[in-house]
Amino acid sequence: MTGRPTDAVIVDSGGANLASLQFALQRLGATSMVTADPETIRRAQRVVLPGVGSAADAMARLGQAGLDRVLPALRQPVLGICLGMQLLYDRSEEGATACLGIVPGTVQRLEPAPGRAVPHMGWNRVHARERHALLDGIDDGAHFYFVHSYAAPVTAESIALTDYGADLTAIVRQGNFLGTQFHPERSGPVGARLLANFLRLAPCS
Amino acid sequence: MRGGRVVKGVRFREHVVVGDIIELATRYRDEGADELVFYDIAASPEGRSVDRAWVRRVAAVLDIPFCVAGGIRSVADAEEVLAAGAEKVSVNSPALADPALVDRLAARFGSQCVVVGIDSETTPAGWRVHALTGDPGRAHDAGRATLEWMREVQQRGAGEIVLNCMASDGVRRGYDLAQLAAARAVCTVPLVASGGAGTVEHFAAVFTDAGADAALAASVFHSGAIAIPALKAALARAGIEVRR
Repeated sequence: MTGRPTDAVIVDSGGANLASLQFALQRLGATSMVTADPETIRRAQRVVLPGVGSAADAMARLGQAGLDRVLPALRQPVLGICLGMQLLYDRSEEGATACLGIVPGTVQRLEPAPGRAVPHMGWNRVHARERHALLDGIDDGAHFYFVHSYAAPVTAESIALTDYGADLTAIVRQGNFLGTQFHPERSGPVGARLLANFLRLAPCS
Repeated sequence: MRGGRVVKGVRFREHVVVGDIIELATRYRDEGADELVFYDIAASPEGRSVDRAWVRRVAAVLDIPFCVAGGIRSVADAEEVLAAGAEKVSVNSPALADPALVDRLAARFGSQCVVVGIDSETTPAGWRVHALTGDPGRAHDAGRATLEWMREVQQRGAGEIVLNCMASDGVRRGYDLAQLAAARAVCTVPLVASGGAGTVEHFAAVFTDAGADAALAASVFHSGAIAIPALKAALARAGIEVRR
């Protein structure tokens, strides 16, 4: 271990594939650790809330660790990814789950339609509605990799959108909390750039 | 994959080694592949599960999604493969032997992690599902019609279906558009076309004529017959949206 603080702490929300996120941070030369320990998370420079699985399972795991109270009180940059972004909202229709209540609104089920397979799995263009340091150096309309069956509606907190049959929130922001519906760790060079941008956000904003 | 090397056959036979896993994964990543799929084709016939060590090595170098298949017979098998860094697991023969495996995987990891691979043979009795296709000596009709099996696995929670049309596999004469279009009609989850890509036009047709969500190919990329950047440029010219 070196003396410098860990760049990002990854919240262990019970997801099965945290390795891809850890490898992505490692490729950027960043240090990271996976934990569910409230004190470690409170003291982290930056926090990443990943999530694969169901909203109810993830909230149950966060609740058992006391993190349902710790996470909303964080002041450092927080990045929710995929389900981790959805957990930032008030509620999710998935299992009628009460979530962290950081971003107002309810995450809704994507309904299949002709030309719109669900789950949504694939590369979609992301269009910014406003400038944010998270998107520095990334072309508007760049493709990111999405895998999801639920999505957040477009609200004032949506800073970037994607069109999958309808406009959906691709990136949400509420103060120091950021969330991406797509997986930056699996989105090639543009995803790596977004993660690098997150790692440059000041620890105490 | 077989014995730690990448192999490719023709109509599921006569596999030859085409290269090292990491070298190929890195090459396809750099050429702009949107997703990679790794099949440990000997796993099911040999009664074992996919080797985790290379999954981890692949995950360390790939910044695009990848899916792993090969003898995943339990939630615990899948958990290890996902923990090693795979985005999705794909089940084929094990799902035919134990269809409730699809339900268990979807309940634990969510449908988006669960791909069902279907090897479909064109027979006088119609499109039929085949099992254990990685071993020519043991491959057999699984006793199911392809479209019925597609409906069943979706009800059980499959989040994606890879339909490999065996009669077309490795021969580069084009995807089986009729079968894929029929599959599209019963598929509300993403449908990945597999088997038969030989030219750029074959790829374009599978999107425009069969409505597939993605096209999977191996031979033409392994041999260098089609380079991914040239393919994507041609698809874009044909009006198909691609990541560049």
